[in-house]
Amino acid sequence: MRSVVCMKAVPSTTEVRMDPKTNTIIRDGRQSVANPFDTAALEVALALKDELGGRVSVLSMGIPDTCRLLRDAIARGADDALLLSDRAFAGADTLATSYTLSMGLDELGDADLVLCGKMAVDGDTAQIGPELGGILGVPCVTGVSEVLEASDHRVVVRHDTDEGTEVAEVPLPAVLTVTKDIATLRMPSIAGVRAAAGAEVRVLDAATLGADPACCGLAGSPTQVVRSFVPERSHEAATIAGTPAEQAAALLEVFEEVAR
Amino acid sequence: ERDESGADTSGYRDIWVFSQVGADGVVLPVALELVGKGRELADERGCRLVAVLGEHSDADDANARALAAAGADEVLRTCDDRLAHTDVECYAAWLCALALERRPEVILYGATNFGRELAPRVAVTLQTGLTADCTILEMDRERGLLQQTRPAFGGNLMATIVCPNHRPQMATVRPGIFPAPEPREVGEANVTDVLLDAAVYGRVNVLSREKVGQGASIADAPALVVVGRGIGSKKALARVCRLAELLGERLGCVCEIGCTRPVVEAGWLDYSHQVGQTGVSVAPRLLVSLGVSGAIQHLAGISGAETVVAVNEDADAPIFGAANYKVVGDCMTVVDELIAQLEK
Ligand SMILES: Cc1cc2nc3c(=O)[nH]c(=O)nc-3n(C[C@H](O)[C@H](O)[C@H](O)COP(=O)(O)OP(=O)(O)OC[C@H]3O[C@@H](n4cnc5c(N)ncnc54)[C@H](O)[C@@H]3O)c2cc1C
Ligand SMILES: Cc1cc2nc3c(=O)[nH]c(=O)nc-3n(C[C@H](O)[C@H](O)[C@H](O)COP(=O)(O)OP(=O)(O)OC[C@H]3O[C@@H](n4cnc5c(N)ncnc54)[C@H](O)[C@@H]3O)c2cc1C
Repeated sequence: MRSVVCMKAVPSTTEVRMDPKTNTIIRDGRQSVANPFDTAALEVALALKDELGGRVSVLSMGIPDTCRLLRDAIARGADDALLLSDRAFAGADTLATSYTLSMGLDELGDADLVLCGKMAVDGDTAQIGPELGGILGVPCVTGVSEVLEASDHRVVVRHDTDEGTEVAEVPLPAVLTVTKDIATLRMPSIAGVRAAAGAEVRVLDAATLGADPACCGLAGSPTQVVRSFVPERSHEAATIAGTPAEQAAALLEVFEEVAR
Repeated sequence: ERDESGADTSGYRDIWVFSQVGADGVVLPVALELVGKGRELADERGCRLVAVLGEHSDADDANARALAAAGADEVLRTCDDRLAHTDVECYAAWLCALALERRPEVILYGATNFGRELAPRVAVTLQTGLTADCTILEMDRERGLLQQTRPAFGGNLMATIVCPNHRPQMATVRPGIFPAPEPREVGEANVTDVLLDAAVYGRVNVLSREKVGQGASIADAPALVVVGRGIGSKKALARVCRLAELLGERLGCVCEIGCTRPVVEAGWLDYSHQVGQTGVSVAPRLLVSLGVSGAIQHLAGISGAETVVAVNEDADAPIFGAANYKVVGDCMTVVDELIAQLEK
């Protein structure tokens, strides 16, 4: 089984700052961590490799500091890593991101399985997996919570639907996006840490990757953030004062009114 | 209509709503909500509103009629068993072919699991933009630019996104964000039946489906008590549940429990209770919010609530900005008082 895991570096806190001029996120790499959904995806790939043999690569588009996270993935058992890093990739929406990642997948060669997180905790569009499926022309199953069976040409997975869950047989190659609790990423082994220390994370820019600059970053993004603002308070709330007993009594009146 | 970049956005007209049908064969409420919103946008733009509906081969007109009554000028329908279930590949091929032929200016999707799987596949095939989880949609009448506003990263921020040079402009919207429209009187629905290309097929083979007995879902609960980290501990939940039970009795309806994300992360309640951008959008008649700070990702899920009562010990908590009634104080003390008085 040849798997590629797409891993995104996300801020470790929820306090992401926006550049008020360009309306893009300020990414200075400080304290970034791997998107928790993606570490789960990595564990799924490693477990499949334990079972079926093969290779696991990790792929990311991000700032140079992302190498740190990719090297950690190697310490935990990934065979190699590719980082796509270039100023030209900055400001990408999901269309430009999925294009750039698909170029990275080309570079890594024929994957049987591309694994993504169901969503990134910062951007939270959940669009990258399905868009990659569309670009590659392969099935994409989202919200996978369990891999029930796997061989080199198909997987059987359980995934979330609007009604509940579904067990689906998916021919490979395919893209899967996984839930956060599908698996917990293993700890690095001593051998892994040694491998990671010596491992070279390949870093490619747009030109070396052969990516069309018109399809990358801001230039390749059909969506544009035109404004960001602090939402206005929609109500002027009426204050209910007094002792807790008085407050509760006043609330009961509000409830009575709603009931009417 | 050529803009600065030289892209040609002319020749695209009308607003489409992808109208998802549930496993029970009935069009989902979110599709009707979007038809309601789409109607407003279409009137603003001076164009037509088209509901796009895929159903199994011997479906009757009930869904088409419901969509027309919700405000659709036309229902573009395909009755084909390949669309009987939510097969993304079949649906994407179908929708892309229709969009390439008929060139809609806008396509809206419910941000259901299926909508969030389908819309990006359509976006990448049509090479256009897609804005996720919008909470505000506005139409710029002149240029037909859809202003798509969604909660953004951390902090109390909203971002407005446009897609100036590519068509169709596409957005997903969570269920419950827009109100369901009052059905209007329509005679016959204006239905156009179209065929799905014989060559289209899906490769994912569904072996079994399991309905999750989620109990009553918080999405359509008429009353809700929503708890945040401020309730202090998992133990406090028993009293909160008691309050919900008593409130339900008093209001004569079901009262469910919702919560914030940290409450799920702490393992106090499971994910099906989470309210917000990455949880469920709710639209109860009454929402009682206890010890919730009111982060934007949470507020994104409660904009559909009619009456909001918030209890928080911090008088400046952002939750009060979304509340009709404000109680500053210890939430569990208020809960105990309420239980005592309701039990009387
Ligand atoms: C305020 C704001 C709002 C935005 N809203 C939108 C919007 O509505 N529509 C839109 O198209 N774009 C939007 N973007 C841009 C979007 O956040 C980026 O395109 C981002 O690179 C990918 O989207 P995501 O984080 O939502 O990923 P998701 O689709 O949520 O991520 C799913 C999975 O894809 C993989 N993945 C994602 N990014 C990478 C990466 N860089 N490297 C490796 N793997 C990756 C991971 O496996 C991840 O778990 C917005 C940006 C800002 C600043
Ligand atoms: C991409 C992304 C998506 C997210 N999605 C969601 C989502 O879907 N839903 C969601 O809820 N969150 C979501 N979050 C998290 C969100 O940003 C907040 O962190 C979260 O909503 C805060 O939860 P809280 O109000 O319970 O906790 P806190 O922020 O810790 O607030 C606790 C509140 O309780 C008050 N309090 C404390 N003690 C008492 C007391 N005794 N009596 C009364 N009040 C008291 C405090 O004053 C405070 O206001 C998301 C975050 C990100 C980055």
